[in-house]
Amino acid sequence: MNRSETTRSFTMATWLGWQVESNWTDPFLFAIYVIIKPLASAAILVVMYSIITGGAYESPLFPYIYLGNAFYTYVGAVMAGVSWAVIDDREHYKTLKYMYIAPINIPFYWLGRGVSRFLIGTVAVIVILTAGVLFLNVPLDLTQVNWGLFIVSLLLGVTMLAMMGLILASITLMVAHHFFLIGEAVAGALYLFSGAIFPLEVLPAWLRPIGYAMPITYWLELMRRSLIGDVAQAFPTLAQYSNLQLLGILLGLTVIFAVASVFTFRWCDYRARELGLIDRVSNY
Amino acid sequence: MTHFAIETKDLSRIYKIRGNKKEKQIRKELVALENVNLTVERGELFGLLGPNGAGKTTLIKILTTLLAPTSGWARVAGYDVTQHPNLVRPRINMVSGGESSGYGLLTVRENLWMFSQFYGMPSKEANQRIVELLKMVGLEDRIHTKSSDLSTGLRQKMNIVRGFLTDPEVLFLDEPTLGLDVGAARDVRKLIRTWVDTSPLPSGEGKGEGRRTLLLTTHYMVEAEELCDRVAIINKGRVLACDTPANLKRNLQRDAIFEIETSPLNGLTSQILQDQPEVKKAALTDIEGGARLELILKEEAALASVINILTQKEIKVKRLTKREPTLEDVFMDLVGQKMEEVEKEEAPHAG
Ligand SMILES: Nc1ncnc2c1ncn2[C@@H]1O[C@H](COP(=O)(O)OP(=O)(O)O)[C@@H](O)[C@H]1O
Ligand SMILES: [Mg+2]
Repeated sequence: MNRSETTRSFTMATWLGWQVESNWTDPFLFAIYVIIKPLASAAILVVMYSIITGGAYESPLFPYIYLGNAFYTYVGAVMAGVSWAVIDDREHYKTLKYMYIAPINIPFYWLGRGVSRFLIGTVAVIVILTAGVLFLNVPLDLTQVNWGLFIVSLLLGVTMLAMMGLILASITLMVAHHFFLIGEAVAGALYLFSGAIFPLEVLPAWLRPIGYAMPITYWLELMRRSLIGDVAQAFPTLAQYSNLQLLGILLGLTVIFAVASVFTFRWCDYRARELGLIDRVSNY
Repeated sequence: MTHFAIETKDLSRIYKIRGNKKEKQIRKELVALENVNLTVERGELFGLLGPNGAGKTTLIKILTTLLAPTSGWARVAGYDVTQHPNLVRPRINMVSGGESSGYGLLTVRENLWMFSQFYGMPSKEANQRIVELLKMVGLEDRIHTKSSDLSTGLRQKMNIVRGFLTDPEVLFLDEPTLGLDVGAARDVRKLIRTWVDTSPLPSGEGKGEGRRTLLLTTHYMVEAEELCDRVAIINKGRVLACDTPANLKRNLQRDAIFEIETSPLNGLTSQILQDQPEVKKAALTDIEGGARLELILKEEAALASVINILTQKEIKVKRLTKREPTLEDVFMDLVGQKMEEVEKEEAPHAG
């Protein structure tokens, strides 16, 4: 791997991704997009929660759900951000073939294209968490946060999501038609299986293995534990694991996904060139 | 390493076309390229001339590592495109005409600068070259215009500049002047010729390493004839002839080529004319108030028998001219039809 090639692929893609993402003629609208949208989705969840539980905000279930939902923002942002670049370049800007023949590293280019959504996602997460602390008594005390665990888990988790994004991007290369929202669709489907808004025990037993195989499940648990301590006690899902064990599992699954992403990319890249899909444009 | 800029050996490409929902089982195969053997020297401006659907774009896609060949191999700048795409890519660039690609929300300068950065060009050098090239195609006053605000023609010019910007060893232009107005097409042709002729090496070094090579495809006869050092004529996936325009026409030099304008044809077909022993090829085109006949005759005397047939059919001759052969005639001689006719036949199948 040529370092300067990967570096320039990533940095220029980041630049491009930011230009594309922040292309709002009106900064006010951009602010709404970045701030109001995540707040609105959190509000829906809170309303549903209060209806179902009769407003039991003191229950440990509430911070569990609230934090799970907040950090789940990253899942959609990173996975969709990375994989969307394929569709955008091929269908909309018609530049995918020119990127392809350029001396760049395509996976690093895609990762770079996802950075801006990651940053916007970060703003969203901060906004949601702040609102939770200020208005909903989410028990988040910055002096009690396990910062070391938080930072390591966050970095590892984002890497894991980026690898999942690469897998989606590679698949997108193969299935041009009508797969516009593959990133969002996968993120939406996994929402229910990764313990974001309810513990895995709520799922029928035969669906639970999906949750246990998903690195997102362990990552969300780590984010919660690092921020508000041992909420796990309230829910037995992962209670038997220590923080370190959870980190180990997350690391292992991340490595597996990273290896899988390399092979998926190689195979899809090969097939796409066999089939002539790189510059295929859907006829709408 | 070979000294050829481009080399192909028995290169073929078959597209598998899946039937629509009703006839899913039926899988058609379309031979887009069949045993193409070409060599392009470094320093050459090489043209691929052929009607729509001939396989030109398919060939360019294979040579630029976007598409895998079904069989055979191709080398570009000395490297096999299938085995070493990563060695080919830094040495090439490509632009397709007739499409408006690019990031509309970026300015012309930003679009071009970004691509230069993907190729690892020093930023300052890139910016200088962007200005130079934009001047050459008359786009310098739009350097800060968002590319979405450009007309399709100007966008195409911007993309052509993108191809030249990285100063590749081998540049591929797929129908570079397609859809451009006369003036813009002239600017682009001039840029093409100038770029190939101003080699980074001192002049007089002959054809070899360091010389710029350009392969373009076109279905404009004149473009191939006036611009290219050598031309390969391609039809239905096969290269029918490959030589300098002058040599290609030389084979027709001994023939006599006539253009006749007549009154309506009264059922005359090209076959009737071609059945005459001295008539090599005949093409008929309907024009306003009559028809145009283009004839390739083995010798001038054969004209008499043609006139005879016309008289029998009560077709009036309005104008008769003898002309020098063009590449259009070469194509007709090779294929038996004019290029427009081939395109009309292909049109219903084109997807
Ligand atoms: N992706 C594809 N799938 C199936 N057939 C294709 C595809 N691309 C091109 N073709 C067919 O292959 C033939 C050659 O096409 P192309 O290389 O685009 O020709 P040209 O560029 O000379 O017009 C045409 O008959 C075209 O319809
Ligand atoms: Mg074409």
